Amino acid sequence: MGTKPITDATFASEVLQSDVPVVVDFWAEWCAPCKKIAPLLDEIEAEMAGRLKIVSLNIDENPNTTREQGILSAPTLKIFKGGEPVFEIVGAKPKSELVKRFEAAI
Amino acid sequence: MEEVRNLIIIGSGPAGYTAAVYAARASLKPLVIEGAQSGGALVTTTDVENFPGFPDGILGPDLMDQMRKQAERFGSEFVTDDATRVELTGDVKRVWVGKTEYQAHAVILATGSSWRPLNVPGEQELLGHGVSSCATCDGFFFRGQHVAVVGGGDSAMEEATFLTKFAESVTIVHRRDEFRASRIMQDRALANPKIKVAWDTVVTKVLGSEKIEGVAVRDTKTGAERTLDATGLFVAIGHDPRSELFRDEVATDAAGYVMVDAPSSRTNLPGVFACGDLVDHTYRQAVTAAGTGCVAALDAERFLASLH
Repeated sequence: MGTKPITDATFASEVLQSDVPVVVDFWAEWCAPCKKIAPLLDEIEAEMAGRLKIVSLNIDENPNTTREQGILSAPTLKIFKGGEPVFEIVGAKPKSELVKRFEAAI
Repeated sequence: MEEVRNLIIIGSGPAGYTAAVYAARASLKPLVIEGAQSGGALVTTTDVENFPGFPDGILGPDLMDQMRKQAERFGSEFVTDDATRVELTGDVKRVWVGKTEYQAHAVILATGSSWRPLNVPGEQELLGHGVSSCATCDGFFFRGQHVAVVGGGDSAMEEATFLTKFAESVTIVHRRDEFRASRIMQDRALANPKIKVAWDTVVTKVLGSEKIEGVAVRDTKTGAERTLDATGLFVAIGHDPRSELFRDEVATDAAGYVMVDAPSSRTNLPGVFACGDLVDHTYRQAVTAAGTGCVAALDAERFLASLH
């Protein structure tokens, strides 16, 4: 499985109009820390299925959403609830901390 | 509760992975608690040009992947999360990752060092929104913009040079009138037409709320204050040893570096060894970290043999 890739075109439907809270992973090929957390997010996505959705957005290929969301660091994880950004996490963090902060947000 | 292992290595990077290669080849089946952001400081660098054996250079993340694979090949096990608590004084050493406990007869500490912030107003608030610890991660976002790099060592030179790929201009802000960086790195940065230097200058405040709208600086000789036109601030003033986790048990110096009985890697605690940037004030190179990682594995191997 793994987190679902989204794009500029699908951001609104996948994130802003989602019934469950969504974590957007803003990542890039050239970002080593992004690659470190990708497998952790895959695991968390499976463990929290139904309560939280995790999607990934390639920064290089989707500049509009990246700019609109004010992303200036990779990786940035931004959590949306009811279409509104709740909080964000910048940089790679341990899985336990990610889970704790996601649980607190939903 | 699982069995008592031979050896736990806390930390990855060149020191931890080299220790793992040696310990695994000695059939010690080391457990490497490599941290959530495994691979150490080299993961956020670009080209490593001075690691012997790679005449064309190698990317930092690639070098770390190769070392990890080499350790894995001989039977190392990995936990990709941060150690959260340790008890190292007894005959059986205990290391926790969250609620999971691991035990071993010997431990190698290789937790390296962490990025040092400037500690000026606005820095923490704008971290990830213009203030960055990692040019290779965040440089992309500053295409066509003016950015500043703080520092005077090799990492500041590397970051500044790297950032010219994206930025319109890069200003290196340095508190002295000369760099401590190696000659080749300085020359490369100073020859770059996009790079300027603000000598004898310190950052006093990062301006802006949602993003950076300028960087307030002060000339240390004249006391004159001004604002640099920059939307990105890359802080590269050095690193501090990551010894908080075991500072209560393992002897460290005033700066927090773990003290070892050089040229060995023995700490004040029997069965506990330390290597890499965690013990090294001075050299701090990938190859010296790898060298002391090897020393720690050999010391641990000898210690374990003496128990039987």
